[in-house]
Amino acid sequence: MDEIDRKLLNIIQSDFPIAQRPYEILGNRLGISAQEALARVGALIESGIVRRIGPSFDSQRLGHVSALVAAKVPTEYLEQVAAVVSSYPQVTHNYGRDCEYNLWFTLICENQEQLERVLQEIKHKAGIEEMACLPAKRVFKIQVDFAL
Amino acid sequence: MTTKQRKIICALQGGLPLCEEPFHEVARQIGISVDELIKQIALWKQDGTIRRFGAVLNHRRAGFETNAMAVWNVPDEQVESFGRAAAKFSAVSHCYERPRFEGFNYNVYTMIHGTCRSDCEQTARAISELTAISDYRLLYTTAEFKKTSPKYFYEGLGDNP
Repeated sequence: MDEIDRKLLNIIQSDFPIAQRPYEILGNRLGISAQEALARVGALIESGIVRRIGPSFDSQRLGHVSALVAAKVPTEYLEQVAAVVSSYPQVTHNYGRDCEYNLWFTLICENQEQLERVLQEIKHKAGIEEMACLPAKRVFKIQVDFAL
Repeated sequence: MTTKQRKIICALQGGLPLCEEPFHEVARQIGISVDELIKQIALWKQDGTIRRFGAVLNHRRAGFETNAMAVWNVPDEQVESFGRAAAKFSAVSHCYERPRFEGFNYNVYTMIHGTCRSDCEQTARAISELTAISDYRLLYTTAEFKKTSPKYFYEGLGDNP
């Protein structure tokens, strides 16, 4: 990653041009060709630094509901239970953590009924005994850019 | 939400295709004009439906190797000021108030990113000193089982006009 990549990343994190030829605009801002801008973005995706380029929706404004869930799982079953949890398309993040509640996942559903149904199903299917559903009561910050 | 809007979200939620005219490509897929697509995205950005439009980074690959979920036990009447203060830290990417639960008396969650554990610990200590909230824990990731971009709508489901 060189200086141009760093500048490019700082721009496209929040300000990817919504235009017919976005790479031309980026190229102009950086003093490189559109082809080079595109190739650099391609390389950043290829190397895994950039996961995707696109919109981050406000799920609440789309009418969706989300929650963080904490589960207590016997260590020897953690991977199996995690696999069941991850198999649901509504589950977006799923992590093991060093805590008595050792599995933490987030899910986004189209409505409250679906969320409750999916959670009951997961609980039943994965045999989770202790689980707490923790919807956000107040949001103070959601991921913004990282200065590179 | 109109059928067309659902289609646009479906087409965009996985990310733009990598080509010189990505919005043309997406518009073609949906069967609308590129101007209509661009106008809709601009509207959504304006009204906050789209929080931001850009590159989503893999923080680990981008040099932030470690993240910790810090959980805080904050008296209810101080949650607002604590949340605002914690959110100001650039190493904090997310900050939420959540319900306390059985055996877990923490009610504010902050995701802290750093280059290493001591980096995250330092940030947590700074938040603690600033806010005078001393009951907190850092929960580190032991395994990453899944991390994907959210899917709001699924192709072919509820798509009928």
